[in-house]
Amino acid sequence: MRMSDHIVDVLGASAALGGRPILHGVDLTLDPGEVVTLLGANGSGKSTLVRAIVGLVPLTGGTVALFGTPLTEFADWARVGYVPQRVMAASGVPATVREVVCAGRLSGRRIFTRFGAADRAAVDDALDVVGLHPLAGVGVARLSGGQQQRVLIARALAGRPDLLILDEPMSGVDADSQAAIVAALQRMTGAGTSVLVVLHELGQLSPLIDRSMVLRGGRVAYVGTAPPDPAEDRDADHDFHPPVAGGFGLSSSPLGSARP
Amino acid sequence: MSYLALPFIQKALVAAVLVGLAAPAVGTYLVQRRLALMGDGIGHVALTGVALGFLLGTSPVLTAVIVASLGAIAIELVRARGKASGDVALAMLFYGGIAGGVLLISLEPGGNTNLLTYLFGSILTVNAQDLVTIGVLAVGVLVVAIGLRRQLFSVCQDEEFARVSGLPVPLLNIVLAVTAALTVTVAMRVVGLLLVSALLVVPVAAAQQLTRGFAATMTAAMAIGVVVSVGGVVASYPLDVGPGSLIVILAIAVFGLASLAAAVMSRRRPVAV
Repeated sequence: MRMSDHIVDVLGASAALGGRPILHGVDLTLDPGEVVTLLGANGSGKSTLVRAIVGLVPLTGGTVALFGTPLTEFADWARVGYVPQRVMAASGVPATVREVVCAGRLSGRRIFTRFGAADRAAVDDALDVVGLHPLAGVGVARLSGGQQQRVLIARALAGRPDLLILDEPMSGVDADSQAAIVAALQRMTGAGTSVLVVLHELGQLSPLIDRSMVLRGGRVAYVGTAPPDPAEDRDADHDFHPPVAGGFGLSSSPLGSARP
Repeated sequence: MSYLALPFIQKALVAAVLVGLAAPAVGTYLVQRRLALMGDGIGHVALTGVALGFLLGTSPVLTAVIVASLGAIAIELVRARGKASGDVALAMLFYGGIAGGVLLISLEPGGNTNLLTYLFGSILTVNAQDLVTIGVLAVGVLVVAIGLRRQLFSVCQDEEFARVSGLPVPLLNIVLAVTAALTVTVAMRVVGLLLVSALLVVPVAAAQQLTRGFAATMTAAMAIGVVVSVGGVVASYPLDVGPGSLIVILAIAVFGLASLAAAVMSRRRPVAV
């Protein structure tokens, strides 16, 4: 066993969904303050990997450790802020933005305890960071997709996590909300929060990213620093190939568009 | 209105307030997780419990609580597994509950007209001992529904996020299922097992026409629940109709009015930002 200072330490992780193997021995580490992105085509296993890291998908092999503690023993969930893929298919009963964000304050809370000033301040801060404070009393169902995504990010931030895990936060999000999400992540990383983010393309987030990992067919296809020019992988959301020779070129199109 | 001083009406009014508060409180969570008909399913299963109580000569409410709780846990386990066959499993449970109840009743020598009390409710025959049972169960339901509202909201709104928050999600789900079962057995004396789900769901559906938040919906649903339950009891006596059905009809009328008001308001108000 390696005992490490890594915030996330994935070693040889394998996982299956409905009996179908999705991940095949994936390694991944995330160090304090680091921002790592997971890239890959649809079905490459990147969502499954983050879901396995937070314990939503059981491992069929390998290990995951968070903050140096094996996932099976990990209990300090207040340190983890999880932003799932947006599936706000309007639930049966309306809920306001503030009510949803307040759900981010429940980690480690004893039942029947009062929601105190510290909780309210954390929720207010989280709403500020994503720029939704003016909409706190609005029903989430009335928001745009991008605003709903920001609500989910605020909910994760409300717990003041040391590690933020986001699953495709930029997909289906309008330009205003994209800018707000970039600004929010800038603030969080500036304050030392570690971030693991699943992306379809680097896009506007690329200046923040320390390292990228590309999955293909449930295996690590590439690990390295992000390309300096975000325009490089605009059309890279279908498939990824490891760069030919070191360097940065993360992408090429599966349709064979000529790229050196 | 002198009939309001009659002891049996007063007992009925107390029961109406308790049930009017408890049923929509739990119903809010069921509606939120799109299990609006779970109350119906539990009601079906509770019938077996009632019949078992008659057959064993014990309190039908007690056996209904036990059997309905077991049924609710079974429904929850089927739901949590999320298999496509869950639908069919639930159907088995529902119809098994009704058939089991009727079968057990027919085993009892001499038959039992009392069953109708539980099928259609009979709040006017609530006695002091019933009132204690209803009171204890209703308070228990309210403590869970209100005291655990943040946790239950999180679980019902986004179960996976709740798991990553470290909440004991399976336990909370079982607690909610059993609370729903208790609510059904409390409410069955008031509106009957056949209409029990209406009292869980209709006030919530009415409230959410006009609210935009979860706490507001729950509060308004409980208010509506009390108003229609009390209104049903008060009006049933001079009208000489069954209070149970009247309560449900009143609740549906409130839903209609709320929908109308919502439609008018949304026409006046521009679409939100």
